[in-house]
Amino acid sequence: MSSHGIAGRKPLNAYLFLLPAFAVLAGVLLIPIVNGLRLSFFDWPLRNISKAPVFVGFRNYVELFRSEFFRASIRATLIFTLSVVSIELVVGTAIALVLEGDIPGLRFFRTLYVLPIMIAPVVVGVVWRFMYHPSYGKINFFLGQMGINPVGWLSDPEVAMKAVIIADVWQWTPFVFLLVLAGLQGVPKDLSEAARVDGANYTQTLLFVKLPHISSVLGLTAVLRLIDSFRSLVVIFNMTFGGPGVTTEVLSLHLYKTAFISQRLGLSSAIAVILLLLIFALSFVLIVRGVRGEKR
Amino acid sequence: MTIRQKNALLLAAKYVVIIVGALFVLFPIYEMITTSLKYEVDAFKIPPQWIFKPTFANYREVLFQSNFARFFANSIIVAVVSTVVSVAVGALAAYALARWRFRGRTPVVVGTLLLRMIPPVILVVPVFVLFNNLGLTNGRIGLILVYTALTLPFNVWVLRTFILELPYELEESAIIDGCGDLTVFLRIVTPLITPGMAVASIFTFRIAWNEFILSLVLTNRVTRTLPVAVSLFLTDTGTEWGKITAIATIIAIPAFVFTFTAAKSLITGLTAGAVKG
Repeated sequence: MSSHGIAGRKPLNAYLFLLPAFAVLAGVLLIPIVNGLRLSFFDWPLRNISKAPVFVGFRNYVELFRSEFFRASIRATLIFTLSVVSIELVVGTAIALVLEGDIPGLRFFRTLYVLPIMIAPVVVGVVWRFMYHPSYGKINFFLGQMGINPVGWLSDPEVAMKAVIIADVWQWTPFVFLLVLAGLQGVPKDLSEAARVDGANYTQTLLFVKLPHISSVLGLTAVLRLIDSFRSLVVIFNMTFGGPGVTTEVLSLHLYKTAFISQRLGLSSAIAVILLLLIFALSFVLIVRGVRGEKR
Repeated sequence: MTIRQKNALLLAAKYVVIIVGALFVLFPIYEMITTSLKYEVDAFKIPPQWIFKPTFANYREVLFQSNFARFFANSIIVAVVSTVVSVAVGALAAYALARWRFRGRTPVVVGTLLLRMIPPVILVVPVFVLFNNLGLTNGRIGLILVYTALTLPFNVWVLRTFILELPYELEESAIIDGCGDLTVFLRIVTPLITPGMAVASIFTFRIAWNEFILSLVLTNRVTRTLPVAVSLFLTDTGTEWGKITAIATIIAIPAFVFTFTAAKSLITGLTAGAVKG
């Protein structure tokens, strides 16, 4: 692809083709982000938005690192992210390994599994909130059938995080499954055949042929899920709004609440800067691999 | 046990996995739809009414009362316009990145990837401030601009891969025949990348139709979109689950339509970049 003779095309036209995209991205993403960075050094209450912000230097950042709530939100984010990513990777990969190969009807089920990914996060939050309802939610009903006492899914501080994790696992395990399945379909058939002919059993074929072959897909899936769960907000917003207490208040929700509940735009901008840096650090892994793949 | 018996057993075990998985995936959706079709009294009965007389009462109330029609129109307008603009602008940029070598191309490609990762919540404060200064808060145009910007990086990325797979000879001969670059793009390239544009359109529509947090901050009582409407309904009325699930089901309709008509495009879009490398 890179050997095409692109000569003879005016470079100016390339810039003209790029111009509309550049204008939108600069106006709505880049400039606001730079402005957000600037705001993180100011004190600016939302209710005095017509007044000029007051420069405070690094005070917002210092306040954050001393803040118990900020630390709690970092902790909540880590628990949430690491739990959902590891559960989804293990379960998704296991299902993909079980279902790989030509099973009649697999395509239909694969289609069904796309549904949760497509459904609006708001809807996911609403539906799970209903299912977790202490008295008429179906989950407590099923538990009751099995002789288990009702659980305060969204009101018990010990349980709420688990409830939020389950909903995310429901929505995103199919994504891992689809990616790993696509990766497995790329494993050359003769490779695993050859292994079997040489006397390898299933576990050996899995460990030494299939997994190495899909390791890059697994890695990318893990990073994609890490980034996405790091940013996830809307499902939790509508299920618990961070509660009870701050047990499910992840970083992005803490950012929102700092801006629009505590009304401190400067402080929330500092949280935004930290969130963005964390996400860029994770994305960097993805991009280094992506660009390397491009050149191959 | 013979090999054939063993294989049959294995296949049966696989179907068990598939069906248990499908039940887990479908149950919340089933619960949403059936609750929306129940009278309030039936929805809360314990033990649950698995068999009930469906009613459209919730839908009737939702559709003809409240401001539902208005929010629905807002959602449609914002999602459709964002999709058209973002895919068109994205295709132009993708073409430049696929077919020209120019100074700064690699940084632009890498930058596109980075921008794709930006969480909408980061934009909430600075875009609110910017739009507040420009008088764009509470309007649909502001929301369309933000959704266009948020979805552009993915569209550029996906469409560029589709363009790179086209043979260059077609474009080359058109250029030799004296066609300008824009003509080549419109007449030759766009018809050939329609599958890519389908993927890009579905994903843009999905983001714009589903997005919540920016719409919550940037719209008002009149310009609100459906996801915000259902969320506020949840906090305002608390227990009217019939109506809430009715709106939720309506929001989910495009998801059903896309899943069952364009599954292949969806899987292409979801795996774009991850599997192809």
